[in-house]
Amino acid sequence: MPPRYWIITLLLICGTSFSAQAASQPADPQVLHVLNRLGYGPRPGDIDRVATIGVKRYIQEQLSPDSIQEPATLTAKLTQLETLKLPPTQLIQSFRLARMQRQQGQSATANLPRQVLEEAMTARLLRAIDSPRQLQEVLTDFWYNHFNVFAGKGLDRVLVGSYEQQAIRPHTLGRFRDLLEATARHPAMLFYLDNWQNTAPNSSGARGRFRGLNENYARELMELHTLGVKGGYTQQDVIALARILTGWGFCRPNQPEAVTNNGFCFEAQRHDFGDKVFLGQTIKGSGIAEVETALDILARHPATARHISYKLAQYFVADRPPQTLVERLTQRFQATDGDLREVLRTLFQSPEFWDTQSYGAKFKTPYQYVVSSLRATGTDLPNFRPILGQLQQMGMPLYGCQTPDGYKNTQDAWLNADAMTRRLNFATVLASGRLPALSAGIKASGKPVPSVDGIRLAQTLGDRFSPNTTTAIAQSPPQLRAALILGSPEFMRR
Amino acid sequence: MHRRQFLQQTTLGATATIVTVGVQGWAYRSPAQTAKPKRLIVVFLRGAVDGLSVVVPYRETAYYEARPRIALPRPGGEGSILPLDKRFGLHPALRSLFPLWQQRSLAFVQACGSPDATRSHFEAQDYMETGTPGIKTTRDGWMNRLMATLPGRSPVRAVNVGSTTPRILSGPMTVASLPTGRNATRLTPLDRSQIRTAFDRLYNGKDTLSQAYQEGQLARQEILKELQADMQMADNGAPGAAGLAGDARRLARLMVRDPQVQLGFLAVGGWDTHVNQGSSKGQLATRLNWLAQGLATLVEELKPIYGETVILVMSEFGRTLRENGNGGTDHGHGNVLWAMGGPIKGGQVYGQWPGLATAQLYEGRDLAITTDFRSVLSPLLQNHLGLDQAQLAQVFPKYGFDQSVKIM
Repeated sequence: MPPRYWIITLLLICGTSFSAQAASQPADPQVLHVLNRLGYGPRPGDIDRVATIGVKRYIQEQLSPDSIQEPATLTAKLTQLETLKLPPTQLIQSFRLARMQRQQGQSATANLPRQVLEEAMTARLLRAIDSPRQLQEVLTDFWYNHFNVFAGKGLDRVLVGSYEQQAIRPHTLGRFRDLLEATARHPAMLFYLDNWQNTAPNSSGARGRFRGLNENYARELMELHTLGVKGGYTQQDVIALARILTGWGFCRPNQPEAVTNNGFCFEAQRHDFGDKVFLGQTIKGSGIAEVETALDILARHPATARHISYKLAQYFVADRPPQTLVERLTQRFQATDGDLREVLRTLFQSPEFWDTQSYGAKFKTPYQYVVSSLRATGTDLPNFRPILGQLQQMGMPLYGCQTPDGYKNTQDAWLNADAMTRRLNFATVLASGRLPALSAGIKASGKPVPSVDGIRLAQTLGDRFSPNTTTAIAQSPPQLRAALILGSPEFMRR
Repeated sequence: MHRRQFLQQTTLGATATIVTVGVQGWAYRSPAQTAKPKRLIVVFLRGAVDGLSVVVPYRETAYYEARPRIALPRPGGEGSILPLDKRFGLHPALRSLFPLWQQRSLAFVQACGSPDATRSHFEAQDYMETGTPGIKTTRDGWMNRLMATLPGRSPVRAVNVGSTTPRILSGPMTVASLPTGRNATRLTPLDRSQIRTAFDRLYNGKDTLSQAYQEGQLARQEILKELQADMQMADNGAPGAAGLAGDARRLARLMVRDPQVQLGFLAVGGWDTHVNQGSSKGQLATRLNWLAQGLATLVEELKPIYGETVILVMSEFGRTLRENGNGGTDHGHGNVLWAMGGPIKGGQVYGQWPGLATAQLYEGRDLAITTDFRSVLSPLLQNHLGLDQAQLAQVFPKYGFDQSVKIM
């Protein structure tokens, strides 16, 4: 380490309290690595906590999120979000009612869909920033993108929150087969990829908008959700799966099944009861059970194990993940019948994960960048509107990926000139306490919002910066240091 | 280091191959062409404008039968359309563009659009912006791919008016953004020299992050020069009529001043007229009037380079022929594409008119599409911007080369 590095670090710390000096030793890189990969980076005090219990224990805890106590403050905030617990049927009803009222020029409850989406976004950000179950939050983001649904498409405006909470969250560390089925049954997915309209053309229920076969969901189910684009299926398999999926949709709000099935309904009168050959296996025409068989085949297919393992390795290790690691994860996936907790345990114990070359090598997505900066600075926002606006400007609006392949997490997708400029402007505004929601808070409370203290921020992040970053920080006026830390190459990566 | 040198050396990993294409482009281009660069501006009307109210088929009785409240009056009466030819007339709110029609630098392509049948705004816009109708997984936009085929390299090759990079400009090539409306002249933290100097020290290397930072700063400095000139102009008492005119003026001046800016994109929202659309007066007329003033301002300000500029106005889909119970129209299919500029063979309504009789309509309710928007764009990109067939295939993959509609 060049001597200048130490001198400047000392300069930075000089003149602060005793505790600051005590923390002047750069953090253990392994501790930083797990905080950055299993979660959205350190909050004040996190590094010390993980150093005390050790990285192994930390990983173990994170793999069993229920064992980690959530703070009462977070629970209280979530409880205030009234629409969070509404079932899909009720959400669909509210959406239709609002649309009708809007068309008639009324506005009485027309804002409910807006409130539903805003509360879903608030809940997502609150948990990502405040929840100590960080791996659970990271995995929610990962699997949401894997099974992406776009909030901008009609009904999905009100359904994405319910989709995340009922179809994604409960299954992130469970069996892949259960996760697959939960997404396949949720109205948000069935609406987004049009399967709710998928109908056997000659069935008794074929009329109106339910005219014929819709291959959209069947195709993405194989290409994106399970086998992968080179998973070895043919157009004939797409058609067979689409036929298997006919009648698989969601209920109209007054149908009784809607209450027990969370909005999912199978309409046998629109189903194709012929026999199908799917991925080389004959599936007898029998109704809803055909889909279960098809999902079993897909979830247990070696191509699926490989596709999921590759994506997990890419998300948690490197943009181009090592072949050996993907192989090992694939084997584990198959040996445990898709037990996601076991696959991840293998990943977090792998030499590839612990290869020092992979430390800080992943370029953060805008979402990861924004969430990690709010965590690191301990910013307590009265509302998330400016954050949602920032994510939009950075090209990654929350629940806003239009294409079914979800947001990418690689450097190629996110590093460009405009992105850098926007990140640095955001870093500067956040560090100076001038984020619009904060300044609105000042007007309400009369108290000025303090700017972020650069020295404390450096400690929170483990005080590990390259010589160039350290020099740039030291040569800048004190009030800019926090902005430079948030804007540093080290903080752009995880 | 000189600016050009810098630009040549500044390559982000993802775009390295693209630069090679650009270098070849320089070599085969004639000096005359490079001296006066060609420009293309796309104005996107989001929400789907009612094309049958823009270029009105006033000879069709079906038009008047289907729209008792919102049809535009035949030529002659009060608030009547401005006849373009023997079949079509222009909405009276677009009067300020009529001189361009008479000067033959404004043309329309009727019954034009994306062949995909979706009636979802997001999907339809997406398909028009990616240039691959029906394919959901295309992530980059056709204007970004177009940038990759153009010679030279500059962080301000394409300018987007707005704060979010739209799909049409998304992709590996760098795009500069010009903020809109009141935000246009607002300085960002990095515009302050003390803050920029600090970050300059942080990103002074040749690594990918530093290169992205430096390229972003160059683009911003270019934009700022224009904004500062603009702020002074505003003091002289020449602000535009509405936000759009102001945005159009800033974009035009930037393009006039900087020959490197070849592509511009501007989106205008608010065309989703399900309720109370109105006729020669009303909601749609107000918006069209505002749009016409914006476009007229754009043309006026582009004067020095208008001869080398093409402006296209497009929208994701048309609206239903029949008016609905609320005096509005719903999501339809075929629409009208507008083209302006020096190279345009104007004064003509292009495209094959499919008619409005029920049997001639798409799904019995909408104007049918007889011209794929890509078959207007392909010859335009070839003749105006000099793309060869391989480059056209890059911009519009999986689309056969089509020369059917030549608007220039």
